[in-house]
Amino acid sequence: MKVIFKIWRQEGPNEKGTIRDYEVDGLNEDMSFLEALDHLNELLVLKNEKVIAFEYDCREGICGQCGVFINGRAHGPHDNITTCQLHMRSFKDGDTIVVEPWRAASFPVIKDLIVDRSALDRIIEQGAFITAKTGTAPEANSILIPKETADRAMDAAACIGCGACVATCKNSSAALFTAAKINHFNSLPQGKAEEHKRVAEMMFQMEIEGFGSCTFTGACEVECPESISITNIAEMNARYVKSKLLK
Amino acid sequence: MKLNSKIPEGPLENKWRNYQVQSHLINPTNKKKLSVIVVGSGLSGAGAASTLAELGYDVKCFCYQDSARRAHSVAAQGGINAAKNYQHDGDSIYRMFYDTLKGGDFRSREANTYRLAELSAPLIDHFVQQGVPFAREYGGTLDNRSFGGVQVQRTFYARGQTGQQLMLAAYSQLYKMVRAKKVEMFPRSEMLDLVVIDGKAKGIIVRNLVTGELQRYAADAVVLATGGYSRVFRLSTLAIGCNGSAVWKAHKKGAFFGAPSFTQIHPTALPQSSEAQSKLTLMSESLRNDGRIWVPKEIGDTRLPNKIPEEERDYYLERRYPSYGNLAPRDIASRAAKERIDAGYGIGKLKNAVYLDFKHAIEKFGLKTIKDRYGNLFNMYQKITGIDAYKEPMQISPAAHFSMGGLWVDYELMTTIPGLYAVGECNFSDHGANRLGANSLLQASVDGYFILPNTINNYLATESKADHPSIDHPEFGKAEQEISEHITRILAINGTKTVDHFHRELGRVMWQECAMSRNKAGLEKAIREIKQIREAFWKEVKVTGKHNEMNPELEKALRLADFIELGILMCTDALEREESCGAHFREEFQSAEGEALRRDEKFAYVSAWEYDKGDFKLHKEALEFEFVNPSVRSYK
Ligand SMILES: Cc1cc2nc3c(=O)[nH]c(=O)nc-3n(C[C@H](O)[C@H](O)[C@H](O)COP(=O)(O)OP(=O)(O)OC[C@H]3O[C@@H](n4cnc5c(N)ncnc54)[C@H](O)[C@@H]3O)c2cc1C
Ligand code: FES
Repeated sequence: MKVIFKIWRQEGPNEKGTIRDYEVDGLNEDMSFLEALDHLNELLVLKNEKVIAFEYDCREGICGQCGVFINGRAHGPHDNITTCQLHMRSFKDGDTIVVEPWRAASFPVIKDLIVDRSALDRIIEQGAFITAKTGTAPEANSILIPKETADRAMDAAACIGCGACVATCKNSSAALFTAAKINHFNSLPQGKAEEHKRVAEMMFQMEIEGFGSCTFTGACEVECPESISITNIAEMNARYVKSKLLK
Repeated sequence: MKLNSKIPEGPLENKWRNYQVQSHLINPTNKKKLSVIVVGSGLSGAGAASTLAELGYDVKCFCYQDSARRAHSVAAQGGINAAKNYQHDGDSIYRMFYDTLKGGDFRSREANTYRLAELSAPLIDHFVQQGVPFAREYGGTLDNRSFGGVQVQRTFYARGQTGQQLMLAAYSQLYKMVRAKKVEMFPRSEMLDLVVIDGKAKGIIVRNLVTGELQRYAADAVVLATGGYSRVFRLSTLAIGCNGSAVWKAHKKGAFFGAPSFTQIHPTALPQSSEAQSKLTLMSESLRNDGRIWVPKEIGDTRLPNKIPEEERDYYLERRYPSYGNLAPRDIASRAAKERIDAGYGIGKLKNAVYLDFKHAIEKFGLKTIKDRYGNLFNMYQKITGIDAYKEPMQISPAAHFSMGGLWVDYELMTTIPGLYAVGECNFSDHGANRLGANSLLQASVDGYFILPNTINNYLATESKADHPSIDHPEFGKAEQEISEHITRILAINGTKTVDHFHRELGRVMWQECAMSRNKAGLEKAIREIKQIREAFWKEVKVTGKHNEMNPELEKALRLADFIELGILMCTDALEREESCGAHFREEFQSAEGEALRRDEKFAYVSAWEYDKGDFKLHKEALEFEFVNPSVRSYK
């Protein structure tokens, strides 16, 4: 199988980037998309060129480290999967495949296809935790949590933090990411004590990181590898209003 | 040097308490003046870093990923064990201890294993408090399932994403302490060397993966929490960046390496489908609760699986191990699969797989229940293979998965270098020669949250009177200089072969000779071949790009250079151990039925290897069984 990759190359955060073409032969359908890039990188090394920098770690769709735009879509042509789970069988022999980094003001490019997503860590830092020290926990079954509540919390908690929601949003909003985390904690009894503070502080951080606001286009839930529903954002907004009213 | 495992006095159930009563305490004002480096942000690293920070120490935490949340603990699917006995099925701390010791084929310490079981129940309390959305019953209590190698239900889980949920809880707590300015987090930072001053661990050399700059960090103690090294096989269930570099460098600086060859080969991964493959995806062992494993009774049966009638299927685990059946421990299930595949019964394109079939479970429990239990695993399977496993059986195959071996540590989790600790998968401690499923999230977590924060005081209490180390000490300069030269040397080779080429070569040798089944001639050959690979690597590898920039190819090369050396030690260890135990199966030592033949009279010890100028010197920590009688491990 042979394809033409058109890949964004950028030496560093302050350099100018450009799309470069690479014709790659010797691929097969069972290869993952990232393995095709590995293959291209081996060819580049042998031609004495620098490899293309791109992100990955687990390569099984759970760590959230991978993520690029492929032919204009976050994580490629399918809904709800990560880049590392995309296989070459999704393309045809002779296809042209355009590969670009996540685009968002809050995710500056570091090199080639790699961006800086540390803004997401800073949102977490502002309250995505339960303030309790190791060693102070009560017996686990002393607080009963209905299955439905636990399941709902789990739906939201499944977020892998890849940033596809931000990258695909025309406003570069991090609302889905932030909402998922807030709703995970705030729907559980353990998260109650700090619920209002958590909403307020995480949403504030989201603003100062420069993420845009949500206009409910729904683009994010289409790309989210964990299929986290956009209703989470409505729920977060309701929690926000409540936290203001109760102040 | 005589190994001292520092096992406390007293009956099993009192040892940990006795230890805590007698260990030193440090007053809060002094704690503030003490600093600890934690390398790794997985369950063990993040747990240790956040808890040490809560106790008042000044903590620096490092990881190579772009965020602490991505450490490979995130990939664990199945669950975490705890002796809560919520199912009222006769579980207890003692039973869990015994299962773990037996599962490891009596090649771990009684005291450590008991402590693991003892701390399991409080750990579940801890994670529930942190907001982990574990699976629950309708009445609101926690749900359990069973995992391989045991007959009780003690596994807690969060769908098929247990590791992710525990990891995110640990990451949350870590960032809670980042916010409190008690932890400083350094992502995209790779430890390349350990700095030892006057025989004590005092700091590390790190490469900043964005700028390529080498940086020095000093502290009063160093904790390694760098995870497993099974990427030495290249194809494994580990993340691509998982490496052995931190433990290897520590080993070269004097830390003994415990049982390096003990590697778990997981029975249920997806089979390799091409040369270019970069990793093998794990399908959780929990699938074996409802899935049945089989191959056709006839060699070369080309019919589609659903067309093969019941009487022509060989459910070989049920046949060979009637009482555990499909839930036989991993080493046994993997070896049994290898036996069938080698005998020509393998299925799939490359005849390297076996079937895992849910037909009967779906008939018995209904599609909805099976979807509820394993939905995300079936989805993942479909994404990768394009096959709907609700309709036809999965194809699975053994894959390198977990390192039971690691840096040798004593009861305090301290290595043979004073002030250097190893926690989580990177140490050798509790799992012996085979780890039971769902026991290692547990081990990583209790090491980090409960054990280390109690034991490190004992060392730091004496260090609080010493001078705090400075990065201007000549040892820092020397270590940095050596790393810098090492990098320059690799970049200067400018050969004709890629790093991946050599990694594939190493993986091939390791998989053939040092995986599920090993023998003397094969291991001797492997050592020779790996030495040739090492020589060729240092002559012919080509790495483009510069040292002072983001350079993923250089990162790979540095990791591989260490893996090659580690591979030699692993084969040396496997060669030395002339018995079969757990995952270590020496073909020369098997029973008439092909089961492992353990030789307690000669090999009831933990091997602890000392690095000796490119060679390795063996030390033995004798395993004394005071409380249980090591039985022949049988799952029949
Ligand atoms: C696919 C899979 C499924 C599993 N499923 C289960 C399960 O169901 N139940 C169970 O109990 N166990 C399971 N395990 C095993 C378990 O997940 C691991 O043993 C455990 O999570 C290891 O945790 P850790 O903290 O030791 O290491 P990790 O979580 O691997 O963390 C290692 C950390 O070290 C850092 N690091 C590594 N090298 C360096 C370096 N040189 N410099 C700086 N930082 C470095 C990394 O960045 C990372 O932060 C599974 C393992 C795999 C691979
Ligand atoms: S590499 Fe981990 S999610 Fe893709």
